[in-house]
Formats: sequence, structure tokens, C-alpha cells
Amino acid sequence: MYRYIIKRLLLTIPTLFGAAVLVFVLMRMVPGDVCEVRMAGFGAFADQEAIDICRENLGLNNPWLWAWPWWDSQFGQVMWGYLTLDLGKSMWTGQPITHEIGLRFQLSLQVAFMATAVAILIAIPLGTISAVKQDTWIDYCVRTFSIAGIAMPSFWLGIMIILGLLITTQAWSGTPWMPPIVYVSPFEDLAGNLSQLIWPAVATGYRYSAVATRMTRSALLEVLREDYVRTARAKGLLERVIINRHALKNAMLPVITIFGIEFAFLIGGLVVTEQVFNLNGLGKLFVESVLTNDFTLTQQLVMLVVVIFVFMNFVVDIFYAWLDPRIRYA
Amino acid sequence: MKNFVAKSAVALVVGLSLALWAGGPAAAQTETPQTGGILNFVVGSKIPSYDAHMESTFGMIHPIRPFYSLLIRVNPDNPQSPTDFVCDLCDGDVPTATNNGLTYAFKIRQDVKFHNGEPLTAADIKATFDKIVFPPEGVPSTRKAFFSSVDSITVPDTYTVVFNLKYASGAFIPALAAPYNFVYSKKDLDTYGYAWHQTNINGSGAFTFVEHKPGAYVEGKKYANFHVKGRPYLDGFKAISAPKMAVRLQAIRGGRAGIEFRGFPPKARDDLVAALGDKIVVQESDWNCALQFLPNLRRKPFDDVRVRRALTLAVDRREGSKYLSQIAIVKTVGGIVFPNHPLAATEEELEQIAGYWPSIEKSRTEARRLLKEAGAEGLEFVLTNRGVDQPYRVVGTWLIDQWKKVGLKVTQNVLPSPAFYDAVRKKHDFDVTVYFNCQSIVNPLADVSGYQSDDIAGNNYAGYQDREMDKLFDAMNRSNDPAEQRRIMRAYEKRALDDQAYQLITLWWYKINPHRSYVKGWKIAPSHYLNQALDNIWLDKSLM
Repeated sequence: MYRYIIKRLLLTIPTLFGAAVLVFVLMRMVPGDVCEVRMAGFGAFADQEAIDICRENLGLNNPWLWAWPWWDSQFGQVMWGYLTLDLGKSMWTGQPITHEIGLRFQLSLQVAFMATAVAILIAIPLGTISAVKQDTWIDYCVRTFSIAGIAMPSFWLGIMIILGLLITTQAWSGTPWMPPIVYVSPFEDLAGNLSQLIWPAVATGYRYSAVATRMTRSALLEVLREDYVRTARAKGLLERVIINRHALKNAMLPVITIFGIEFAFLIGGLVVTEQVFNLNGLGKLFVESVLTNDFTLTQQLVMLVVVIFVFMNFVVDIFYAWLDPRIRYA
Repeated sequence: MKNFVAKSAVALVVGLSLALWAGGPAAAQTETPQTGGILNFVVGSKIPSYDAHMESTFGMIHPIRPFYSLLIRVNPDNPQSPTDFVCDLCDGDVPTATNNGLTYAFKIRQDVKFHNGEPLTAADIKATFDKIVFPPEGVPSTRKAFFSSVDSITVPDTYTVVFNLKYASGAFIPALAAPYNFVYSKKDLDTYGYAWHQTNINGSGAFTFVEHKPGAYVEGKKYANFHVKGRPYLDGFKAISAPKMAVRLQAIRGGRAGIEFRGFPPKARDDLVAALGDKIVVQESDWNCALQFLPNLRRKPFDDVRVRRALTLAVDRREGSKYLSQIAIVKTVGGIVFPNHPLAATEEELEQIAGYWPSIEKSRTEARRLLKEAGAEGLEFVLTNRGVDQPYRVVGTWLIDQWKKVGLKVTQNVLPSPAFYDAVRKKHDFDVTVYFNCQSIVNPLADVSGYQSDDIAGNNYAGYQDREMDKLFDAMNRSNDPAEQRRIMRAYEKRALDDQAYQLITLWWYKINPHRSYVKGWKIAPSHYLNQALDNIWLDKSLM
């Protein structure tokens, strides 16, 4: 098992390097620069000399790939930063990127956990019921519910939730209410925190659960037709025990893959949903960094997402090996 | 029928709100400001740094301006006037020039302290404006050019600062009142250097800095030693970052914020009024932003003045204003000067300019004739535009329709903002582009500087050199006689919009600020950068 884990860990190094090079090149191909947007992007007059000073101060005049010494090039600085664990500063705010990301990470992580919890709570029971009651009216209802979840973009559902809250609370109490738009930590004010984050968790968790419900159903249906399940039934085991102890565990492999990938996506990928609910998370930061041509921040955010995906894949692989010994000995 | 009734109801409530606003100043005089409370407001842009001398976004002005004072400012009780300036840190009235318009001496208030307890003196004013006007090498000062008339700044005594000009200039006082001219402490600049204010705040404004959570909010609390006695009324404020317009709108509707200072489109105003009725007050104003279209003179056939004149003659601004003002944040038909300013063209003067003639049929006939004469009938070109709906894409689509009426075939290339700036400003890669001239303070002599030749004005992206324009601008800038300034401005405008048709105006923006009725004391200004000190705002608790 240890050899397996070390092998998987070593494989992440070339993956991360490749991603870093790709992101660096792609970001430099995007037209425009942060100084134009920052100083003259609002239609107001901006002195060209001031824009030039800004470029110089941010190192935008340095060569991309090659300079002497090499670490004076933009690419050299990025790579040297990775080696020394210095992610640099945001070109827009001048603040360390670790600080910018750290501020948002807690919120994004909490939303990801909450949405995953919502998805698990919906997907596993519904997927199981749907498989067990295959082709009954219950199965049809569950399938309709899950297809609706896949078809409905979570940001649209988010907008509907906010509008619904505004309209219903106004009709009910005369005063419209919407979820808070400023994040408070759950350790400071749990009620305030939940009243803000429960809605995006439901909006994203529903879509996420829809995919997982369908995956649970189809995986379980496949397992329920296996010989060992028939054997268990022949032995006279209770159906509840067969489903819970024998079938469900083996049907979980593809479902865990879905949960792993979706969890990684939720941390950095809720770009629109975070905007809809005004969540100050990594997705919103991503959008802002792209809109302002903040190369360094975008680069590190992409790398963060890559690291999260690589890590989640690693965790899923470990789970696979734990759930199915054949994988770890292969 | 149901739809008609709903629309009528909305129109009635909007009308009533506007009527209430029109009577606002009189009504406000009878109201006694209440103290206390926290004002929550939403901001649609994010903060780069706290240093106003180098930044240009309202995303910095709205949350940070309340921490600082200015030497002079636009009168917060009369912000609609583009010529009414009052002292903030100076004492008494704004001084008039002496020495043939070459010297302005400001007496500084002696009761002002920075938030760290240090007294504010003339040395701080000098250090601040030295940084803005004569920045040391490597220190960016974005609006340095607005002070090109300043020769030196001296401090004859502890509480007097004198600006000595190279030539008398009508642009000087408005430039001084710009909201970016935060007054910094000399001691801070000397001790911590010129970059310190990018990440630190020590002002003398009505509020002291409490906290900034990047991407989330900025919080300020009442400064007990503020130099205007009895102010501020509020205990504090929270400027909440909300980039999406829908969120800002819902925040006001859902009670999470009382106001947004930049402005909403007409539909958003109508929705808010329909939802909340008398709990919403609407303030509206002309906006010191001209939405332009620029033909690229580096490219054929736009180097031909006949083609450029045809482009402006085809556009029916008056009719467009009627329809566009219902869906976009544009409204006012005007020339190159902010419409409410004494230097602006009157309606009669505008009617003499191509593109503003009273008869659109006559204009379009002339446009067709010019295109034929230039061999550009049925010309096909691309209109480059910024990927922002309000008002760029809406007006861009309308422009294409206007040009179609004289046989031009135009397609629109909408680019995200960074790519747009890159194409227009750096690479000059466009046929015709939508552009905008948005300034903070209404200062026509500075605002129209971009119509000079591109080797003089860094913000002329149309790409021409015209020494006649440069001569006119210089003469206007150096004149201290308003009548002469006005006469030269007309010639400058006629050349820019008609004779040479260099940079054309579509419509001027129109600012709409619906806000909760409990937010009192704030008056709309012709720019979203102005009147943001927040010291005059109070909350009516009976309406909360």
C-alpha cells in the first residue's frame, strides 16, 4: 500500500509542472495588461508615464522566458516562486497571494463540504431507492427529480432561490428578506453563517446530487445482478442487509469518483454561483483576477485548482485501493 | 391590460418619487438630521490599493474617500453645480486668484488632526500636492497632467499654502477639487515612503478605518475629532463589495444595503420602485461621462473626413435619447462639454453641428452624398465595443442600426475589457470603436484635452495630429476670461465634431440612484466619484 501511495505522489510532480507551464503561456497570450485596466480602465484620464511606471514596478516589462540571470524573466520568477514556496503578490492589490487565497479558502471549503453533504444526503438514499424500486412510480419520480437537477444550472437555481425568498418574505411579513451578503465565520456566528451558505449549498448540492443519484442507481442495478448477490439472497439474508452490506459498498466505486471530482470542482469552480450569492470565495476571486488581467493571481488560482484536483484524484485512488484490494495489488 | 396597469403603476410611483426628489432640497431643510446608525452600501468594483493619487476606480473612492479630507471639494449641499466649490481643509471660502491669476493662497484650518492624532498643517498639503504634481521618479501619479499649470507650491507659514502657476488657468480650481486628491501626512510620507499609502490609511476624514476584508467589505467608524462640528451623523459605514449588479439591486431590495452610489439602469429603478414603493427614493442626474465613437484615422477610409462626417450625420441622437433612456444609462444630447456646464453648447449652438441638425432626414441625405463622393457607399466595417452591457453594448447595437439607415454594413466585435483596451489603446487595432470619457470632477478644460493631437494627448485614440486643435486647446487653457474660453471652446468643438469629425459623441450618460428612503442627506452629483465623504449622510430611523 505504501509503495502504491508513493508512486501516486511522484506522478503528481510532472502533472503540476506541466500545468504550471501551460497556465503561464496561456495567461501571457491574453491581450491587455493589469496597469491599463487599473489606471485607465474607467474612462478617466491616466497619465501614460504613470501606466509605464506601474508596468515597470510589476515586472511586466521583463522578458517572458529568458533573461540574465534567468530568474529575472517572468517564467523564471514564477518557477523560482514555486521552489521557494513564494506565490508572489497580486498585481491588482499588491497583497501576497497566499493572503488573498487564504481569506477566501475557508468559505469555498465550507460551501464545498456543505454542498457535498447535501448531495450525499440526497443522492445515496434516492439512488438506492430508485434502483431497488426499478421501473415503479417511485423510480420515475426520482429520475425526473435527478434529470431536473442536471438540466438546471445551479446559478439559475440560485437566482430563483433569492427571488423566491424576496417575494415570499415580502408577501408573508411585508418586508423582503434575502440571505446575508457578507460572510461571517461559523465560529463567530453559526446562525448567520448558515443563513448565508445554506442556499448556495442547496443550489449546487442539488445539481451535484442529481449526477450522483443517477450514478448510484446504475451502479447499484449492475451490482444487484451479480452472482454473489443472488447467492446472498439464496442464503436467506434480509434484503436490507444485502443492499447495505454487500451491494452498496461495491456500487460505491464510481460514485466516489463523482464525489471526488465534484468536490474539487466546488472549491474553485463555483464562479457564477459565488457571484449570484455574493460569496467572497475562490470562484469570485478567479473571475475578478481574469477581468483585471492579474496574471500572477490567475496563475496561482489555476495552480491551486490543479493541486486540489490532483489531490482529490489521489484520495479517490487511495479509496479505490481500500475498497477493492484487487486494485492495490495490481 | 394587466401589463398596462402594472406599467402605469410603476410609472406613477417613479413619477412621484422623482417629484419628491425635485422637492427634496426644500423638504430636506425642514428635516433635522438624526445621529447614529451604520450605513451599509454596495460597491460594484474592487479596491486595487488605497492610494488615490495613483488609482482611478470608484471601487477605491467609494469605500476609502470617507477616511480622507481634501483641500477643497464640490459643495456637498449643491453637487449638481459644476462650479460650486467649498473649502474642506482650507478656511473660509475658496480663494480667488491674485497676481493676474497666477497665485492661489489657501489658509488652512487649525483644528484638523489626522486619525493618528497628529495636527494637519500646510506642510501636509504641500507634501501631498508635491507627490501629485511633481512625483519623484518611479512614483506613479495618474492625474499629474491636470496640474500642468502649477509651477511651484510653497508654505509661507504653518497654516498657509500657496500654489504658484506658470499661467492663469480656469482648469486649476476644479482639478484641485478632484476626489482623488486625498491629503496625506507629510510625516507618513517622509517616514514610510511614497508606497505606504497603498496599503495603509491615515487620513483626516469623517471616518476612521476599522477593517478591510479584501473582496468582502471595508468598515469605518465615526471620527470623533472630525473638523466639521456635529459631523458625521453616522456611527459608521460598511462598504460591501458586490460586483454583480443583480446582487446590488437585491441587496437594496432585501434590506442588506441602503444605497449604491454608482447607478442603476432604468429597468432596475422601475423594479425597485415597483417592489418597495415609498420605501425607495430615486435621485437622477446628468452624468459626466460621454459615450463616444472613434473612427480610426490610421485606417482607410476613415482618414477621409467625408466618411467620418457621414458617420456622425447618420446618427439620430434626439430620437435615440427617447428610446435608449428607457433601457440604458444614457440620455442627454450634448457636445464635448458636460451639458450643464456654462462652457457647454446651448441647444441653438448644437444645432449648427453636424449630427445635431434639427432634421435627421437632411442629415442622412448629406451623409449618403458624402459617402458617395468618397466612394464609400455600402461601406463595410467593424465596430469594436467593450463587453459590458450598460451602456456600451446597448448603444453599440443602436449605432449599427443608425448606420444601416445610410447603407453602411457594420458588424460588432465585443471584447472583454482587457482585450478591448489592448486593441484600442495599445495596438490601435479597430475600424471604429465605442469609447468613453468619464471624469470625476466636471472640469471641461481638462476633460476635453483628449481631443488634442495624439502626440500631445495620451488619451486620443483616434490617431490624428491637428495643430489647429492643439493651438485652440492651449489658448483656451491659458485664458482666464470665461467669455473667451467659451468662444474658443465652440471653435474647438466645431472642429472636433463637425469640420474634422474626429471623435464623436453618441449620448451623455444618465445617472440613476434609487436608494432606501431612510438614507438622508446625500445628494446626487454628476459623477459617481463625487460627494462620497459620507459626512452629510444620516439615517431616518422612523423609516427603517
